[in-house]
Amino acid sequence: MTFGPCCDVAWGIHRDVTLSDGALLIDRRGLETLFQALGSQGYTVIAPTVRDGAIVYDEVDGIEELPAGVTDIQQPGSYRLSTRDDGALFGYAVGPHSWKKYLFRSEAVVFRARLDAERGFVPSEAGEPAATRYAFVGVRACEVAAIEVQDRVFLEGSHRERDYESRRDGAFVIAVQCGEPGGTCFCVSMHTGPRAESGFDLALTELVDAQLHEFVVEVGSARGGAIMASVPSRPAQSRDLGAARAVSDRAASRMGRTMESDGLPQRLAELLEHPQWDDVASRCLSCTNCTLVCPTCFCSSVEDTTDLTGTEAIRTRRWDSCFTLDHSYIHGGSVRASTRDQYRQWLTHKLSTWVDQFGTSGCVGCGRCITWCPVGIDLTAEVAALLAPAD
Amino acid sequence: MRPRPHQVLEVKIETADVTTIVVAPIDAEPPLVARAGQFNMLWMFGIGEVPISVSRIRRDGALVHTIRAVGVVTSALAGLDAGGVVGVRGPFGTGWDVDSAAGRDLVVVGGGIGLAPLRPVVEHVLANRGDYGRVSVLVGARTPKDIVFGEDIDQWQHSDLGVDVQVTVDVAGAEWPGHVGVVTDLIASAHFEPARTIAFVCGPEAMMRFATRALQELAVPLERIRLSAERNMQCAIAQCGHCQLGDVFVCRDGPVLAAARLLPLLAVRGR
Repeated sequence: MTFGPCCDVAWGIHRDVTLSDGALLIDRRGLETLFQALGSQGYTVIAPTVRDGAIVYDEVDGIEELPAGVTDIQQPGSYRLSTRDDGALFGYAVGPHSWKKYLFRSEAVVFRARLDAERGFVPSEAGEPAATRYAFVGVRACEVAAIEVQDRVFLEGSHRERDYESRRDGAFVIAVQCGEPGGTCFCVSMHTGPRAESGFDLALTELVDAQLHEFVVEVGSARGGAIMASVPSRPAQSRDLGAARAVSDRAASRMGRTMESDGLPQRLAELLEHPQWDDVASRCLSCTNCTLVCPTCFCSSVEDTTDLTGTEAIRTRRWDSCFTLDHSYIHGGSVRASTRDQYRQWLTHKLSTWVDQFGTSGCVGCGRCITWCPVGIDLTAEVAALLAPAD
Repeated sequence: MRPRPHQVLEVKIETADVTTIVVAPIDAEPPLVARAGQFNMLWMFGIGEVPISVSRIRRDGALVHTIRAVGVVTSALAGLDAGGVVGVRGPFGTGWDVDSAAGRDLVVVGGGIGLAPLRPVVEHVLANRGDYGRVSVLVGARTPKDIVFGEDIDQWQHSDLGVDVQVTVDVAGAEWPGHVGVVTDLIASAHFEPARTIAFVCGPEAMMRFATRALQELAVPLERIRLSAERNMQCAIAQCGHCQLGDVFVCRDGPVLAAARLLPLLAVRGR
């Protein structure tokens, strides 16, 4: 049994996957068992959890650390936690973290080298595979899309980024189909959600009301299917699938934001001297928050240091941001010296030149850059202003 | 992406702030082979890494790099002595594709240290002189003391291979017998047939813009003018994001780019 066409306009998904009768149904204990099964297979389980007044991604020991009955209220420049009375474990949108921090680490040693009298120096062997295999629990559709965007950057060019690759290859992805989009979400506009149709090992849809608390489980890979063999479940019935479908449909209808994305790359390329860039520059603090919370931003810088004896050199890679002066520095000064230049670079890269470079938009509509901007700059509003007919 | 240790074989002081180093691999791996216009990332142990174009192509596997000391890393590189050690990654980026100029008139325009990536072009043309039509080499520098590769230029001027070599400086005292003015002035007086000309230009962005305009005014087609772009580069493999210029990753898609591709990108200030 399948539900509806595979290319529902509201979902904006073009892959031929449906929420079908291969899906399973588990309860909270089943979810607990799934966590245990992941742990016994050697995965470090990373999941949403409440810390410092936000829902962040961190290592958890069990489902009791999930944000049960917690939700978030997001607006431009504003993020607040609140409670919900249904005890839902995934009843919120995305927080300040993204899975990027586990796959493309904020800081990583690129190589070490030791001085050597005969050979000059001896670099360390590159590409020690990541010791940790992660299971990511609660990956939203926009985040699955963001991981796939970074795959293109780090794995599909002429050079594969080894640290990213080893982490990515080992990662077990458990998606959660969004039921509670935030006030700054616009995945429907970017055609990345709210339903994840692929790119996961398992996908959960949380069904919660006064009587029941269950999860429809879609199996997206062989290893996903294998791990479900050790989890008590029953085949999802048509009413379960209908309820799951309703969760996604409802989420799609409750996006906090919209952004016109048709023809956007070409249109922005024509607007590089628009006065709106000066307008947004008068508000932007160049603080880099938007780039650091963005799940697709991939800029990094390297720093070379030595140990105290000067015989070992270490190259460290750190996240960088196109909002810094150093980012575009060449002898004589920075190419993008003003906030106007920097914001324009960020927005036009994200929404326009990214498509030329990687065949996909760099924006997945997660809304983080809007929520975490300290002055509440909303890129969907900036785009609308840029595209608005001239007076 | 780890650098390979190389040893400095020779050091040549070109000007007060420009130095050429010749380096060869210390390990037993095959040498790195670069084409004219490409660059390597040169690493000073524990100090940092910079992109430097190859300034001569040698057949013995040694790499030749000419460095202007403007920062911490370039100053350290310029301070190397023979026997010193430098790390090398590369080669990276696009080259001039000097073979594509065969059968054509060739105009080479180099401003300041911008002559470095063009010297291999001139040397290739001299070694294969019969493959090219008229050849003009136009060199600009700030002052006579800032002219790099003075001995090479002298040799090119006095070779009997029929290469028109012109030098100009921005500022000079009375002792300078040559031309004073911007390098683009030399384009108008150079001898070439615009319709069959290909031009390679490297120098400051403003100079490349004006040189391209001067060449276009003489009816050299824009698609046969190539420029070399400079941007912040750290990874050299299109992953760190620094060198982006519009949709171009200069490290991968450049540094040598068709003027028709590069000029519209440079036309947007602060891009």
